[in-house]
Amino acid sequence: MTSRLTRRLGELRAANEKAMGIFVTNGFPTLQDTPGVLRALAAGGADFVELGMPFSDPLAEGLPIQRSSARALAGGVTMEDAFRCAADFRMSCDIPLLLMGYVNPILQYGPEAFCQLARESGIDGLIVPDLPPEESALLSDYAFRVGLDLIFLAAPNTSDTRIQKIDRMTTGFVYAVSITGLTGSGLNGRMQAIESYLERVRGLVTLNPLLVGFGIRSHEDARRLTRNTDGFIVGSALVRQIEALWENGSLSDMQRLSRVEAFVCTLKNGQDCT
Amino acid sequence: MSASVEYSAPDSAGRFGPYGGAFVPEILIPELQALRTAFAEAWASNTFKDRYHALLQTYVGRPTALTRADRLSEVLGDVQIFLKREDLCHTGAHKINNTIGQILLARQMGKTRIIAETGAGQHGVATATVAARFGLECIVYMGAEDMQRQALNVARMELLGAEVRAVTSGSQTLKDATNEAIRDWVSNPNDTFYIIGSVVGPHPYPVMVRSFHCVIGEETKSQLEAATGRANPDALVACVGGGSNAIGLFYPFIQDPEVQLFGVEAAGEGLNGRHAATLSRGKPGVLHGALSYLLQDTQGQVKLAHSISAGLDYPGVGPEHAWLKDLERVCYSAITDTEALYGVRLLSCTEGIIPALETAHAIAALKHIVDRVRPGGTIVVNCSGRGDKDMQTIMARS
Repeated sequence: MTSRLTRRLGELRAANEKAMGIFVTNGFPTLQDTPGVLRALAAGGADFVELGMPFSDPLAEGLPIQRSSARALAGGVTMEDAFRCAADFRMSCDIPLLLMGYVNPILQYGPEAFCQLARESGIDGLIVPDLPPEESALLSDYAFRVGLDLIFLAAPNTSDTRIQKIDRMTTGFVYAVSITGLTGSGLNGRMQAIESYLERVRGLVTLNPLLVGFGIRSHEDARRLTRNTDGFIVGSALVRQIEALWENGSLSDMQRLSRVEAFVCTLKNGQDCT
Repeated sequence: MSASVEYSAPDSAGRFGPYGGAFVPEILIPELQALRTAFAEAWASNTFKDRYHALLQTYVGRPTALTRADRLSEVLGDVQIFLKREDLCHTGAHKINNTIGQILLARQMGKTRIIAETGAGQHGVATATVAARFGLECIVYMGAEDMQRQALNVARMELLGAEVRAVTSGSQTLKDATNEAIRDWVSNPNDTFYIIGSVVGPHPYPVMVRSFHCVIGEETKSQLEAATGRANPDALVACVGGGSNAIGLFYPFIQDPEVQLFGVEAAGEGLNGRHAATLSRGKPGVLHGALSYLLQDTQGQVKLAHSISAGLDYPGVGPEHAWLKDLERVCYSAITDTEALYGVRLLSCTEGIIPALETAHAIAALKHIVDRVRPGGTIVVNCSGRGDKDMQTIMARS
């Protein structure tokens, strides 16, 4: 059966349109805000959403997502909250929804129960950055059994044969990490190297759509990096935006959400189209 | 004598039973593969091993003494205690056995930038020392809280030319320093070699660090045979934070079932309060690239550890210890902060040796262990480090 994610990415490809995935941490700034933020992402034109499950020790994250994770955890966010948020989102939105998070909370929940509940809550796929293909047996059977995509990542220092292996093992898409670095790192001065890396990966990924993420802050970044990819993912830049909006005491929650929507729309189209 | 125990962990994927592995971001996969190959080649090469052992002899000061501790034995009962004197290593602890091995490997792999994490500062000092010895740039990540309580070691690292970067995230201790070191490595994989300070982290670190510390147990075997006529003692005792000094002492005896092995964790303020007794109270989980026991809450979030000893203040433990616990090959117990301070005084007064607070946990555990050893039996304790660095803490608590 074709997953909602595969279907959506296929439709975009057929329409010659680049996919835009947006990441946000569950429970950030607070648990009450997340459902509204998710709807704003969809309204702003996100083609799919990654909901981050916060972890105490997020190894691949730069400061913005470290901070958003710590804040969400201080607010007491749990795995059950992620499932509740997902189910709430599903009632009003039909775009693919992925969970992104580190492996330990999934192991403690129990991988089988986790996959089952994720699926029942309307989740379409999983991204687990500290679960490379070699360790994925802990999760993959349970995920496939219930029809959850399990997305693997490639990096600039990944060899050609390994990229081909990742292309064979991943489901949904191949997530090309733009740089050897953390989420939210700057791309300045590295654009040429990134483009030639993406050109190499484009030639090797033949079975799945190829999306690029890490460090993308603007529509211009996205346009440049999607020359050789089927789409892009933004996380830290949105998290920074949310931080600033929620710190600004003169804004109402409604205003904040409409600015989130406008930010997302601008990422995709280069102008505020809301 | 009973038949030897079959033991061949880890397997080629770095697994000790179900534990170990390499749970890391994709960026580190090629680096770990290169490191596995480089280490396997080096450890099979006589040239590398000769260079490593020559440095241990002429720079570290090995072999370290095996000291008969008669007055300590007398206090504790009808046993003969020996101390394996890793406190006499250059820089004051066993940690340098490993940093010598890893920096030789770093040079062989053409890496120019060394990074490390440190808790008590002993591994940081041992890394800064070898980086200075080989003229390589060195950055040490250290929790801001640890920098306070181990100010002397911070000054030593800086004098040795290393840059000490304060880590202010999370608990500001060893766990968070390790997070930052891994993030640095993810950001600089090409030129950087990460010298991990314990038998933790993704494959091949646990097996590699074990290999570089096995000299402790190997020397103990031959020294004990010379001293007593028997190479195998009745028991070995070592403190366990990540577990490197313990593995170094235990590993050469692991297949000898007549040798009882005792690992001593930090019970902090008590096992029902704040502690760092990962094996006694933790559950299997993934931290810093390996599956092992872990102090965590019901949501799988890592809990803050606590110990008076910065070197044991870690919510994880090496995956091999997790496996040895499940196999019941090693018996793990835990000693509180207060008992450890008693251990410092006990060894200082009876033997004229001021041990590190980490080591003091092993000393303090002896009073429980002597009852489990036959009358007149022999016990070797790993005296893993000296206590100079802890004088501030010890003075504040006495």
